[in-house]
Amino acid sequence: MLRRTLIKATLTAAAVSALLTTTALAENPILKIGFVGVTSGPAASWGISNQRSMETRAAWINETGGYKIGDTTYDIEIVSFDDQKDPKRAIAGMEKMAQEGIHYVVGPNVDDGAAAVRPVAEANGIMYFPYAFPKSLYQAPASNAVLGMVANYQSGPAIYQYLKDKEGVKTVAFIAANESDPLSQRDGGVAAAKALGLEVVSDNVTYQVDTTDFTPVLTPVMRARPDLLVLSGVSPANAPQLIRSARELGFQGLISTETAQDAGVLSEGAGDLANGFISVGGASTPELASPMMNEFVKRYTDMFGEYNDESNTKVYALEYILETLKANPSGLTDVSAFQSTMDTFEAPNPYMNGDAKMRYVGMTSFGQRRQVAVPLVVNVYNDGAFETLFIAEVD
Amino acid sequence: MANPGLSRPGFIFRKKEPMEQILANGVYLGSQYAMIALGLTLIFALMNVLNFAHGQMYVIGGFVTYTFYGQWGVPFILALVMSCVTLAILGALIEKLLFAPVIKGSAREESTMLLAAGIAFLLDALILLIFGEKQRGVPKIIDGVFNWDFRLIMPYDRILICVLAILSIVGFIGFMQYSKTGRALRALAQDRTAAQLMGVNVDRYSMIGFALGAMLAGLVGGLLVTITGVNLGMGGPTSIKAFMMVMIGGAGVISGAIAGGIILGFMEAIGLAVLSQYGDITYLLIFVSLMIFLAIRPQGLMGKPWG
Repeated sequence: MLRRTLIKATLTAAAVSALLTTTALAENPILKIGFVGVTSGPAASWGISNQRSMETRAAWINETGGYKIGDTTYDIEIVSFDDQKDPKRAIAGMEKMAQEGIHYVVGPNVDDGAAAVRPVAEANGIMYFPYAFPKSLYQAPASNAVLGMVANYQSGPAIYQYLKDKEGVKTVAFIAANESDPLSQRDGGVAAAKALGLEVVSDNVTYQVDTTDFTPVLTPVMRARPDLLVLSGVSPANAPQLIRSARELGFQGLISTETAQDAGVLSEGAGDLANGFISVGGASTPELASPMMNEFVKRYTDMFGEYNDESNTKVYALEYILETLKANPSGLTDVSAFQSTMDTFEAPNPYMNGDAKMRYVGMTSFGQRRQVAVPLVVNVYNDGAFETLFIAEVD
Repeated sequence: MANPGLSRPGFIFRKKEPMEQILANGVYLGSQYAMIALGLTLIFALMNVLNFAHGQMYVIGGFVTYTFYGQWGVPFILALVMSCVTLAILGALIEKLLFAPVIKGSAREESTMLLAAGIAFLLDALILLIFGEKQRGVPKIIDGVFNWDFRLIMPYDRILICVLAILSIVGFIGFMQYSKTGRALRALAQDRTAAQLMGVNVDRYSMIGFALGAMLAGLVGGLLVTITGVNLGMGGPTSIKAFMMVMIGGAGVISGAIAGGIILGFMEAIGLAVLSQYGDITYLLIFVSLMIFLAIRPQGLMGKPWG
């Protein structure tokens, strides 16, 4: 008898609790935004910084009452899918987003995944914001992809020109992981360096992504005696090891990359040997960061224990999606309305001081506005922290 | 900005990589690979279990040393001991709570394989939860670079790790050869039923063997975190390399694992030095060679054709 009463009480409590939860959730309708990217394996940090940025911002929005688009205030729900850096899984992830009726997705993080999901996204009316550089994704007739960061063919020439002018660099060597993204970034970098009149003394040395000792990999590159060693498309996991091995082999020239890095990771992995390392920074610096950016960093750190510098860039994609929808609420169900809004869209950039604007760019690189405007911040690492080398803009 | 300088004093690399350098790289890579393979082959020999989670155990070993030595400033050797202890306990628990019941309850080998794969995923998730997604590194345990007229360049910390790895391998062989536990484990590996009839407590020594295998993974993870750092994604590729070494040397044979590790280390060092101008074809050739080798000798160098 007592047992039966207990079961009844438990069931009643569960039902009441479920009802209350539903009622609470029903206060604001839910707007689902997807994330399809890599959150496991060697490149996990790229996707995890995306996912966590989105979750931090969504929690922040929901905590402060939701996000108003048109006449409706929405709670934001992030629906995530780990594509494991596998194009087949990326397609499965995008199909899942389509099944859930999601029209806006952040990711994928790499070239082949971003190319693979294009047919699914275009067939199902999904706008997606990859962190992948192939121009064909963003040039017509492609329509639904929006580059979420600055591409290497935009940052590379700026860095090489700066180092040529300011540091007298004449010869360059490239090294890349044997994967599609780093290899295509290397090829883009080689072309850019040659166009600037630099001599490319080594561009065919590659390494496996799971390499644990870079000394044997780097020795052939060191024999070419470059003024500048470019680590094309290098992941944050590999950068410290490459820098450390190069310096231990006696290399005293400059080292740079066009990917974003993390100061803490460099400090732990390479220590003082990383001093002078040049990289493209997250789209923020202490001078640029607005109070809202600082609040975002604090909330991210509170939620996940530690901030990731890459999130300085990755905070933007969700903000662009929401602000563009706010500018034209028809985009909630019709991505062509979103696309037409992109051409004229402009809103204050909440993450930067001053009168910086959020807007879509890419006319020069892609012939249409299919890139978010984030500042191109080039950093140099010194004694455990990044210092801003220069800041530029992409048009 | 700090410019390390373009004048490059002392930057006198030879046009071809000297043989001394290739051999030194081979010894260094071979010793660390052999250590990685040892634990895997030990577990296979004792329990006929393909431990797909071996790489994840290696990663946990690296993170434990990182936490103690890199974060809390505990002396490196003590941090290394903590890695060994942590992994030994983890290995013992995994064997006792997961593998032993499955082995007793299912005669199908794929049951343990699926369990091992599941444990690998579980450990990956736990590593992400506890240690995060970032690459981690620790301060160098010893500064400086040995440079013999640019014929042989090797940082001192690599030399030290190489020596420690070789000493650990020798210590492990000695333990297996001369200790009572080692003899019991060898008996278990040779013939489980006969060992049981001779009075060996099979359950107890299975757990000790698994703990020892996991401890070896933790030890090498702790040693190599000083050179390579550690990150969440290293587990899978490490397991694959370990399986390659075991396949080369022969599954379940301790000397085979050591031979497999050294062979793979030398193949990698020679390939990277000789084939670098053709792009990253070293591992392509290693895989092709492995396929041809296994077609001719499927049991590996020192394995037995009957298992």
